[in-house]
Amino acid sequence: MTQAFNMADLSTALPEVVLSLVAMVILMLDFIVPKGRRDWLGYLSVLGVLLTLMVLCRQWGATQSAFSGQYLIDPFALFFKILFLASGGLIILMSIGYLRGEGADSGEFYALILFATLGMMLMASAVDLLILYIGLETMSICIYVLAGFLKRERRSNEAALKYLLMGGFSSAIILYGIVMLYGLTGATGLKEIASTLTADTLSNPALILAMVMLAAGFGFKIAAVPFHMYIPDVYEGAPTPITALLAAASEIAGLVILLRVFLVAIPGLQDRWALLFYVLSLLTMTVGNVVAIAQSNIKRMLAYSSIAHIGYLLIGVVAGRELGISATLLYTVVYALMTLGAFAMVILLCVGEVKGERIDDFAGLAQRSPMAAAAMLILLLSLAGVPPTAGFVGKLYLFGAAIERGYILLALIAVVNSAISLFYYMKVAVAMYMRDLPPAGLALSPSRPLRVVLFVTVVGTLAIGIYPGPFLDLAKSSIAGLW
Amino acid sequence: MEWLLFVPLAALALGTAAFVILLRNPIYCALALVGTFFALSGLYLLLQAEFVAVVQVIIYAGAIMVLFLFVIMLLDVGHEPPPWLRRDRPRLLLGLGLVALLVLELAVAIGSWIAPGIRGPYTSDYVNAVGNTQLIGRLLFTEFLIPFEITSIILLIAIVGAMVLARRQ
Repeated sequence: MTQAFNMADLSTALPEVVLSLVAMVILMLDFIVPKGRRDWLGYLSVLGVLLTLMVLCRQWGATQSAFSGQYLIDPFALFFKILFLASGGLIILMSIGYLRGEGADSGEFYALILFATLGMMLMASAVDLLILYIGLETMSICIYVLAGFLKRERRSNEAALKYLLMGGFSSAIILYGIVMLYGLTGATGLKEIASTLTADTLSNPALILAMVMLAAGFGFKIAAVPFHMYIPDVYEGAPTPITALLAAASEIAGLVILLRVFLVAIPGLQDRWALLFYVLSLLTMTVGNVVAIAQSNIKRMLAYSSIAHIGYLLIGVVAGRELGISATLLYTVVYALMTLGAFAMVILLCVGEVKGERIDDFAGLAQRSPMAAAAMLILLLSLAGVPPTAGFVGKLYLFGAAIERGYILLALIAVVNSAISLFYYMKVAVAMYMRDLPPAGLALSPSRPLRVVLFVTVVGTLAIGIYPGPFLDLAKSSIAGLW
Repeated sequence: MEWLLFVPLAALALGTAAFVILLRNPIYCALALVGTFFALSGLYLLLQAEFVAVVQVIIYAGAIMVLFLFVIMLLDVGHEPPPWLRRDRPRLLLGLGLVALLVLELAVAIGSWIAPGIRGPYTSDYVNAVGNTQLIGRLLFTEFLIPFEITSIILLIAIVGAMVLARRQ
């Protein structure tokens, strides 16, 4: 029961140890490196992320539980850890030029992104409600600070405060759910919880209440409707790389713990929670897509579009089984790639006074920079789900899983929603290709790291779209033995 | 016998907690919260958790609430009228209705509590034999090692975050 600390346990958490050490080194170097040259800390952080990835890849295919069974390395955790580290690295690359433009370059920004990534990695490996919650808080506290990093911007202050309040609120709801589960079963380990719940305790109203509380709390974290009201303001006000972090990484981390808790701890209630997520998914994609049409600020539009994509992701959770969950895993990669790419484009358009936040700022982009316009077009087509992009493949598997499991209506509504989304994504494309360049338009000068981000996301989007086989196989093998 | 202590302590905790949200002056609210913490600490003593009871008083009632009081005094927070004096009755009624519904729901749910749960090895006798504080210390460094270590990272993040947001640009 109470075993002492040993090195074997530590080696399972080696990637996390390396990442936190890198973050602390960045914090210390921040004192030495003079202001104006702190780009180097950004590059160093990316190196640290690559190092962590290398250490992580030694766990390929391994399944091992550690730290009194609270921590588990398995293919599922590994899949998401790689995704989080890759997203974290790309976000740091985006930030380098952005922070220089805002005159706010500092090592703390990179260190906090690394710590947020650490929190997500812990969430991916957590098989105990205690660690799961602590990982969630590690990530959230970093993002509260990062959202308010531009202290002189009122919108950034507002974003930080709103996210702090709603984040604290939703954490409290998750804690209520955890406490009720613990009170019912006397266990915090997900497997132990599942093994104490027998057929006659499964219909206990207290258990249902705990399930609803957990679903609502996770709903806030993944920005599902009706728990989404703070999302547009936070996305608009936060520094753009942090908006990307929120959309592409933090929401997926929320989805990971949602999958773990519902699939491992309370699989006996699948009928009930599938119904719950059915309604959430339907509301989320419909509200997200319909409200996105009316937006004129690109960050707000992408915020609503990310809400809609969370709705699509939930379809896989509803469908369940190997087919649905592997489709969800595949779509998280697709979603992360195209969202990161889209926000990188928003940063690219931050030249001079133009902040690249109105959709009008995209007018005539094809004349200013044909390459950038083409990249944005590919990302938009993927977001809308048009072949031959990754968005199409991802949706194909998600909707296919829904149909296979008999959720025909849900799949139909999702298809209608995709058609609606095409309308507002194409609004940006029309602005880029059909409208004239405003006279004030300057030449674009993307920084080198930003070019890398755009290249990786666009190529990734096309690669998964054209040749999805290996990615789908990876997603399928990652969920083996999950429940 | 336990009831003789439990009922007044629980009533004190609930009453002071209600004062925290009902009183107008934020300083009185903070002091009422100190009262809640003391009542909770008494409840912990009843549960034979001496360490938690003492820590509750030292850290929450002592350190954290004193800091709160200083912040309230320094910021000179205005005296906002409590919600029932403002003119948004419908919203207040809606809120109260939802609270009543939630309380009812909780009552039904907790009333139906039938799952037995796992009986852990830490019974009162065992805890008393080993010693309350010793047991917590031992558990923190064995079974709960990893949450304990991550918490230290959370504290580091909080310090860095506070510094980033508070210093002059």
